[in-house]
Amino acid sequence: MKIVALTVNGKPVEAAVEPRTHLADFLRERLRLTGTNLGCEHGVCGACTLMIDGAPARSCITFAAACAGAEVRTIEGFDDDALMERLRQAFTAEHALQCGYCTPGMLVTAYDIVMRLPDADEARVREELAGNLCRCTGYVGIVRAILHVLATRCAR
Amino acid sequence: MKASQFEYEKPDTLQTALALLAQHREATVLAGGQSLGPLLNLRIAQPKLLIDVRGLAELSAVRDVGDAVELGACVTHAAIEDGGVPDLARGLLRSVARGIAYRAVRNRGTLGGSLAHADPAADWVSVMALLEANLLVRSAADERRLPAASFMTGPLSTRLMAGEIIVSIRIPKFSDRTRAGYYKFNRKPGEFAEAIGAILVDPDRGIHRAVIGATAGAPFVIEDASALLDRVQSPRMQELVTTAGFIPGSYEHRVHLVALQRAAAKLQ
Repeated sequence: MKIVALTVNGKPVEAAVEPRTHLADFLRERLRLTGTNLGCEHGVCGACTLMIDGAPARSCITFAAACAGAEVRTIEGFDDDALMERLRQAFTAEHALQCGYCTPGMLVTAYDIVMRLPDADEARVREELAGNLCRCTGYVGIVRAILHVLATRCAR
Repeated sequence: MKASQFEYEKPDTLQTALALLAQHREATVLAGGQSLGPLLNLRIAQPKLLIDVRGLAELSAVRDVGDAVELGACVTHAAIEDGGVPDLARGLLRSVARGIAYRAVRNRGTLGGSLAHADPAADWVSVMALLEANLLVRSAADERRLPAASFMTGPLSTRLMAGEIIVSIRIPKFSDRTRAGYYKFNRKPGEFAEAIGAILVDPDRGIHRAVIGATAGAPFVIEDASALLDRVQSPRMQELVTTAGFIPGSYEHRVHLVALQRAAAKLQ
């Protein structure tokens, strides 16, 4: 077991972890933060995407023991975030989810797109979403929702 | 899919990491973990010890060394994508970096890690061979330089010996008249390539090099590709794809030929 100290959604956390425990399992099973979903568990599907030190990362192929000193922000950590609130509203308005399993990862990726690429057009949004699989929607609603937030953000 | 059990160490210095690696020959070095992580979860890799070198200062530096730039092995794809390293070969590094996997992977995946992992379909394996980069590798006792073009010995195998870590990658500077073309054939952005074509022309330094990548093993380097550049449809290009190991008329031959043609077309 390794003792690891990190910050999760702004709160300091210290725990003994087995080195092989990946961050998503640590969050879900130890901290009961079940908003992070696990799909493929080998870094392909994007469902487990969350923020580590402000940048999107796959929590299924990041080991909790390797996160000493890191600031982890899960979907729960965005509850009071104004931009995420608008993304959530846009996802609802555009019917950007059906089963919802990919949604936490989609929202984190969407947040990164809006913050990092304010001028992104539809082609770029689609390219950036390539790492998040959705098997329900065909992506049309998701792309529309992100483009809507990008457009209204630029207008402000 | 959970990794099998392993011990984990995160040394503070490269020296400590190398000493640990010298003591534990069955250990595996962890950098960004974007290739090793999946292999661990799938239990294809089952090391007894992981030595985490992510964030070590000695492996993260970017240095201008006169006629070349030296990139620390732990420089991430995202740092290259965002222009965090000097522009080499007219923006080639940036555009290649942007096409690697997905942003969440690029934020953690590293240049050195990708080279050490040596997936034939990975981008840097082909690009570093094209740019005639060389790798500084170090063990507790020694260090040596290896040309990127001959670093890979086969799929997932390299000339890296037990106890060695890639420290940095030295990429020569090219002239202002340099042109580069890179084309990766895949069905979805971010997937591993089905075929890679890459061409570099630096008239001032007499370089007309091409690479056929995503082969069954090491990238296939064509030192004198000048004949390919005049006529993209040349029969010579087909012959080269055949020499690179692909059967004429096969799907693989076709996609590698198209990748090389499109890389050449991007030059013009």
